[in-house]
Amino acid sequence: MVRRVLFACLSIVLASAPVFAQQPGQEFVPVTGPVTEQIPAAPLVISSYAFFLVLLFVYLWTIWRRIGKVEADMRALERQTERGQHR
Amino acid sequence: MKKLFVPLVIVAAAMFAYAPVAINKVPLESTMLLVQKIFYFHFATWMALTAAIAVCGVASLISLFKGSKVADWYGVASAELVVIFGVFGLFSGSLWGRKAWGVWWQWDPRVTMATMLVLIFLGYLMVRKYGGPGSEKLAAAMGIFGAATAPFVYKATDWWRNIHPPTTVMRTLGEKFPAAWDLVLYCTGAFLLLVVLLLAARVRLEAMRAELDRMYLALED
Repeated sequence: MVRRVLFACLSIVLASAPVFAQQPGQEFVPVTGPVTEQIPAAPLVISSYAFFLVLLFVYLWTIWRRIGKVEADMRALERQTERGQHR
Repeated sequence: MKKLFVPLVIVAAAMFAYAPVAINKVPLESTMLLVQKIFYFHFATWMALTAAIAVCGVASLISLFKGSKVADWYGVASAELVVIFGVFGLFSGSLWGRKAWGVWWQWDPRVTMATMLVLIFLGYLMVRKYGGPGSEKLAAAMGIFGAATAPFVYKATDWWRNIHPPTTVMRTLGEKFPAAWDLVLYCTGAFLLLVVLLLAARVRLEAMRAELDRMYLALED
C-alpha cells in the first residue's frame, strides 16, 4: 500500500515537471545595459534590392548571350549555304 | 511591339531608377519599421509571377490543343519568367521573415506552396531542355497544372492560417496606409512592364531558334 502511494506521488511530481520547467518563460525580464536591435533591418532590405538587380542583369545577360549565339549560328549557316551555291 | 520595345525599355528603366527613391521617401510602417520596405518589390514580384503564370497557362492550353508553335514560344518564355520572379519572391520573403519572424525559413502553407509552384515551373523548363522530341506536349501539360496551382497558393493564407499575413492585408492597405498603397501600385506597374519586355525578348529568341531550325532543315534538303 505504501509503495503504491509513493509510486503515485512520484508519478504526479514527474508528470508536473514540464509545467514547472515552463515557468521562467512566462515572465517578463527587464533588460540591463544598452539595448540594440539583435537583427538590423538595413542589410536585409539592401540585400533584397541588390539581389533583384543582380538577378535581373544576369537574366538579361543570358538572353543577350543566347540571342548572340543563335545569330552567329545563322550567319555561319548562311555562309555555308552561299559557298554551296558557288560550287 | 518592335516599334514600342525601345520606348518601353526607357520607361521601365526610368520607373526602376525612381523606385528606390520613392521607397526611401514612403513613411515607415508602425510595427515592422524599416524591414517592411522589402514589401514593395516583394509584392510586385509575386504579381509579375502571377501574370507570367497566366500567360504560361493560356499559352500551354493553346499549344497543347491547337498545336500552335507561337503559343509554345510564349509558354516556355513565361515559364522561365515564373522561375526568375519566384526565386526573387522567395529570397526577398526569406530576408523579410528573418526580421519579422526571427527565422530565415518557415514551412508556412503559403511559403511551402509557393516553393512547390516554382519547382513545377522549374520542372517544366527541365522537361523542355532534357525531354527530347515531344517534350513540348508534356511541358504544356505541366504548364496547365502549374497555372491551376496558383489560386491555391494565393488562398493558402486564408484557408490554412499560419504565420504569413492573410490576403486581407492588401484589401485594407489603401485606407490605412495610402502612401504605401500608391507605391505598391507603382512598383507593380513597373514589374508588369518588365514582364512584357522580358517576354518579348524571350519570344524573339524562340522565334530565332525556330528560324535557325528551318534553315538547318533547308540546308539538309
